[in-house]
Amino acid sequence: MAEGFFVGQMLDPTHHPGTNRTKEEQMSQAEPITGAQSLIRSLEHAGVDTIFGIPGGAILPAYDPLMDSSAIRHILVRHEQGAGHAAQGYAAATGRVGVCMATSGPGATNLVTPLADAHMDSVPMVAVTGQVGAAMIGTDAFQEADIRGITMPITKHNFLVTDPAEIPQKIAEAFHIASTGRPGPVLVDVAKSALTAQTGFRWPTELHLPGYRPVTKPHAKQIREATRLILEARRPVLYVGGGTIRAGAHRELAELAALTGIPVVTTLMARGAFPDSNPQHLGMPGMHGTVAAVAGLQRSDLMISLGARFDDRVTGNLDSFAPNAKVIHADIDPAEIGKNRHADVPIVGDCREVIVELIAALRSAYDQGESGDYEAWVEFLAGVKKKYPLGYDAPADGSLAPQYVIERLGAIAGPDAIYTSGVGQHQMWAAHFIDYEKPNTWLNSGGLGTMGYSVPAAMGAKVGCPDTTVWSIDGDGCFQMTNQELATCAIEGIPIKVAIINNQSLGMVRQWQTLFYNQRYSNTDLQRQGGQSSGPVRIPDFEKLAEAYGCVGLSCDTPGDVDATINKAMEVDDVPVVVDFRVHRDAMVWPMVAAGTSNDDIKYARDMAPEFEEDDV
Amino acid sequence: MSTHTLSVLVEDKPGVLARIAGLFSRRGFNIDSLAVGPTEHADVSRMTIVVSVESFPLEQVTKQLNKLVEVIKIVELEPAQAVSRELLMVKVRADATTRGQVLECVQLFRAKVVDVAPDAVTIQAVGNVDKLADFLRVLEPFGVRELVQSGMVAIGRGSRSISERTMRPVPTPAPPPRAV
Repeated sequence: MAEGFFVGQMLDPTHHPGTNRTKEEQMSQAEPITGAQSLIRSLEHAGVDTIFGIPGGAILPAYDPLMDSSAIRHILVRHEQGAGHAAQGYAAATGRVGVCMATSGPGATNLVTPLADAHMDSVPMVAVTGQVGAAMIGTDAFQEADIRGITMPITKHNFLVTDPAEIPQKIAEAFHIASTGRPGPVLVDVAKSALTAQTGFRWPTELHLPGYRPVTKPHAKQIREATRLILEARRPVLYVGGGTIRAGAHRELAELAALTGIPVVTTLMARGAFPDSNPQHLGMPGMHGTVAAVAGLQRSDLMISLGARFDDRVTGNLDSFAPNAKVIHADIDPAEIGKNRHADVPIVGDCREVIVELIAALRSAYDQGESGDYEAWVEFLAGVKKKYPLGYDAPADGSLAPQYVIERLGAIAGPDAIYTSGVGQHQMWAAHFIDYEKPNTWLNSGGLGTMGYSVPAAMGAKVGCPDTTVWSIDGDGCFQMTNQELATCAIEGIPIKVAIINNQSLGMVRQWQTLFYNQRYSNTDLQRQGGQSSGPVRIPDFEKLAEAYGCVGLSCDTPGDVDATINKAMEVDDVPVVVDFRVHRDAMVWPMVAAGTSNDDIKYARDMAPEFEEDDV
Repeated sequence: MSTHTLSVLVEDKPGVLARIAGLFSRRGFNIDSLAVGPTEHADVSRMTIVVSVESFPLEQVTKQLNKLVEVIKIVELEPAQAVSRELLMVKVRADATTRGQVLECVQLFRAKVVDVAPDAVTIQAVGNVDKLADFLRVLEPFGVRELVQSGMVAIGRGSRSISERTMRPVPTPAPPPRAV
């Protein structure tokens, strides 16, 4: 599915998908055009086929030539946050750079959340914003916000362009920075005066980025050292992070796992990097990880970290995280290595190149008769996996278990579908109860934890992969933060499917209140005001809401109807579908490691700690 | 806690100081002093940043700084291998009765009077941080009315330049491999 997140033809001056201009014409500086035309032509040169955005005063000049572009489809969203998450969804599903556009001031500030989200989850994305005219900058002009200053800490890089002649250069640099090295969001803020001024157009043939030279090829000495540790280890684990997906390294990972037999865990960002059907896979580690994945990391003597960043949601209390493990830490971002956990073998490089080198080095060691001995370890973990599988109890009152809904959804839509989620309980269940077999099929907000990501991200993914079924699995809380994009989907013909896991509350917060705040449900009930005893009111009625937005609205509240409802939703392929799954509200996410505690204190159900046979390892 | 001197070569572009200052505050690192100015290359500025950190976070400081696109190169200058200087100007109370003593201090520290008023002198002094601290301690009893310091600048000893190899032309990046 992924074509790689690189815009291969970016630097080819003859590549111009929009029109049939000759090379001479394109290179000509004599042909005067407006900065706005230069911007649109630059985006075409960068290979952009889709922009999610909303016009407004400062960006208005750019929307005029955009109307004439045959190469670029602009999708008019309902809120800039939707544009940003849609660009993320597009990027995460296709591997290409996602693009969004907004005007100055509030348009730009509404992009702040998606930019921060893309920054945390290393999503290649370019945001183009209008800025007030250069002469007005700094005067508190109408709709002025210093978006470059605001987004400095939450973008990989950003630019303010006031000289129209710089537009092609900055756009080329933005796409290069966004898509290479550790991918991330880049914002290009263009002053209105630069858009309206006359300028020449020349697509750059070289980039001026003396401080930007990402290292992709791993150091041979570190590969040798890593190989030695892998051969010496008795309890190794492949700790696979989202970088593996961004690097397109899933095939190489499968090969490495098959070659060595080392057990694999995939983090929340890496679900799909390694097939769930593979018996070597222990599942997801972390706060809500499987017992096998958590125990696997915790008791390992070697963690081979590939594109993961030792996030606190994975490590729990750092001091007691995998206390006996040596660490091989491979990442394209040198700043991640050793940031949270000391790396015995640091490897800076692209994950795919690192794995390829590791495979070659291990092969040659095996050829010389060396081998690793992990048999007892693999057997121990297989036992843990068998003894503590993921599971849930069906509610005693016969109402709908949210886990069941998600499990059936995964089974019916299958591993070819793309799943997006919001943040909270439904996200964890969707990470657990759907079997992922392919990369780029699980899209969620991992680092920032943005409620409201799901629907617009699904929209972006569907635009990028129109032939793929895209399910947004969302909570009723998350859904109400960005559901206005259903209008965009209905009008623009983007038939996503939304499963609202409706427990009438902010479920994950409620779960914490159940466990840590004596069941005092302060402001987590979305249907009852401040603990009053009147019955649930179902505001809004999601089925009617869906219909009002031009979508098909369905609902389901009994287990017996789940399959039929999902099948009905699967049959609709011309308009978006929204299914309101009215689930039991007291369901909780297990296993769980309470925040700040050691991973050794994992509970696989309330007050239930796993018991390990210590002698087994 | 220990003090480290970082020489940071950056592209001379608007906003680069804000990026660096923001990074320090965001990641919880403290800046003791920061001095910035042009270099022998027109497009490159050089910052001398003095930070007080443990050695572990220093590695994080440099790695995070290196991630900034406009940061070209970072070198930590070892005190023994570098010359470091700071400039200060100080306005000291000095009337007819004390001026002589103040001027004696100025001579002792090889400083220079740059302005005189009936009741004060303005002194310029250049030196390393310790020398200037000593100088100020000596002037203190006379009454320091106003003090300004440039922040430390430092340069490595010997003939090698930290910038000569970094300013080679930037090759056009090869088309990246497509991850299918």
